[in-house]
Amino acid sequence: MKKQSFTVTLLGCVVLLIGLMAASLRWGADQTSLHNVWQAVTAAKTTNLDQQIVRTIRVPRVLGAALIGTALAGSGALMQSVTKNPLADSGLLGINAGAGFLLTICLAFFPHLTTLQTTAWAVVGAAMSAALIFAISTMQQTQLNPSTLVLAGIAISSLFTALSEGLALVGQLKQDLAFWYFSGMGAVSWSQLNHLGPWLLIGLIVALCLAPSLNIAYLSDNTAHSLGKSLPVLRALALVTVVILSGVSVALVGTITFVGLLVPHLARFLVGTNYRRVMPITLLLGASLTVAADLVARMVNPPQETPFGIIIALIGVPCFIYLARKEPHYAE
Amino acid sequence: MAKLIDARHIQVGYAQHPIINDLSITISRGQITTLIGPNGSGKSTLIRAMAKLLKIDQGVLTFDDQNLTTLSHKMLAKKLAVLPQTTQAKPELTVAELVTFGRLPYRKPLSGLTALDREKIDWALTKAHLTTLKDRPLTNLSGGQRQRAWIAMAIAQDTDTIILDEPTTYLDLPHQLEVMQLIQELNQSADRTIIMALHDLNHAARFSDNLIAIKDGALAASGTVNDVMTAENLRRIFNIDATLIAYEGRPLILTYETATPAEDVQ
Repeated sequence: MKKQSFTVTLLGCVVLLIGLMAASLRWGADQTSLHNVWQAVTAAKTTNLDQQIVRTIRVPRVLGAALIGTALAGSGALMQSVTKNPLADSGLLGINAGAGFLLTICLAFFPHLTTLQTTAWAVVGAAMSAALIFAISTMQQTQLNPSTLVLAGIAISSLFTALSEGLALVGQLKQDLAFWYFSGMGAVSWSQLNHLGPWLLIGLIVALCLAPSLNIAYLSDNTAHSLGKSLPVLRALALVTVVILSGVSVALVGTITFVGLLVPHLARFLVGTNYRRVMPITLLLGASLTVAADLVARMVNPPQETPFGIIIALIGVPCFIYLARKEPHYAE
Repeated sequence: MAKLIDARHIQVGYAQHPIINDLSITISRGQITTLIGPNGSGKSTLIRAMAKLLKIDQGVLTFDDQNLTTLSHKMLAKKLAVLPQTTQAKPELTVAELVTFGRLPYRKPLSGLTALDREKIDWALTKAHLTTLKDRPLTNLSGGQRQRAWIAMAIAQDTDTIILDEPTTYLDLPHQLEVMQLIQELNQSADRTIIMALHDLNHAARFSDNLIAIKDGALAASGTVNDVMTAENLRRIFNIDATLIAYEGRPLILTYETATPAEDVQ
């Protein structure tokens, strides 16, 4: 791919994201004008009700959706490269489910924890799942079969989801937990963003910095060593980043699958396989996808909200099937 | 002849199970040295130990007059390129992208390719006769072309020494020859020291300066090709009765049979 066409694609993705965010601020259960949106975002003080709705409810919601989209998509790209597995994703491999499980425990037994504390536990849960996956994938000396990894992930994911649901039943938390299963962006507030946004931003910066190294993740450990690079170190860094990104995302809006699986494929479809290019496109498209899905979720049946996960699946599944059919290598 | 590698009483193995025991060898600079020996004799283990991919449990191995344990992987990557027996890469990777990996030991984090990097990459592609194939994905290459692409990556690493573990495995005769001639050319015109493991004894005899024969993790014979490739040594190391002739000053195995045990010969 030529450098010029990459720049065009990158700019296109930026414009798409800005457009979607603007639309998402303008439309919703309560319509407003772009002028009000502009005033709400730029004016120092506002007394207009529409502008206040935008400022206190929609801006954090849209920013949250964008950040979570980048976090999930970035995690997917990191996982897919370091596990050499095109099906890897923090949802499919059970990392989100691990985070969700510890969150459920927090809700059931320690309902008075602060946002930061519950998030820390979600990250611990994500790390727990990641450690299990890591243990399974290093038990064998030989290269892990891609389907074995996915099967292990599905098993871990089912286990933690089942445990969470059981706990919810016992602790009569169904109501509180429903929003994790039908996760929506409506819950994202300014205070949550202030607390958790920086962690996501740090994770995203690390993901971008790791991007050039992800290209060598597909080599054998020995070949990387003889080129003076250590893949175990790269894998550890990527895994820690994934754990933080997905743990924080789950704490904010619940377990969202599919974004991490789909978006890196879409990015590779657009800009080829070089992660220097794939990563920035993945982050931008991830944000666009979640912002768009959140907008649709609000627009389908206002003022009711359609579950966010359903929208993602409706947009994502056809895209993914199309890409998977187009790419012969996925059959391997 | 200047010594490049000097191994003294080294013991190497996986976990607590030594594969190489009390082995001492020297390898000279600027030459082609080939390791020969039966399957499981320890050739690959020795190669991996020399490339610092396996820990040396006992003894000392010096590379370029420095103890291997004091050299970091990064430092070693500028002195020594390694082509392992089995290679793996992203199938969509192009030849040029693979060869660019050879410049990793020289690149600074988050910076692009320098003019020198580009020059070395072009040079490696030219040497390996891959210039016209450089934008092809690895999956679309023949076995021989793919192996040349990996060798080109090692060339782009611009090291004085290249180690290859059975570089001709799985290739048909013309492609084997193609790879061996490329290796010879690197030694002769680019002055690279070549260390490799080979199964084909006739290739070993034809293209090497020195042979090191390994059996059961110990040194069985070492020296020039003519010193090592004798009927007696081949019987002892490979348990074969070989019919050897001299061809262009080098030994050549015409045919061979399983050796008859000495006590059966009356």
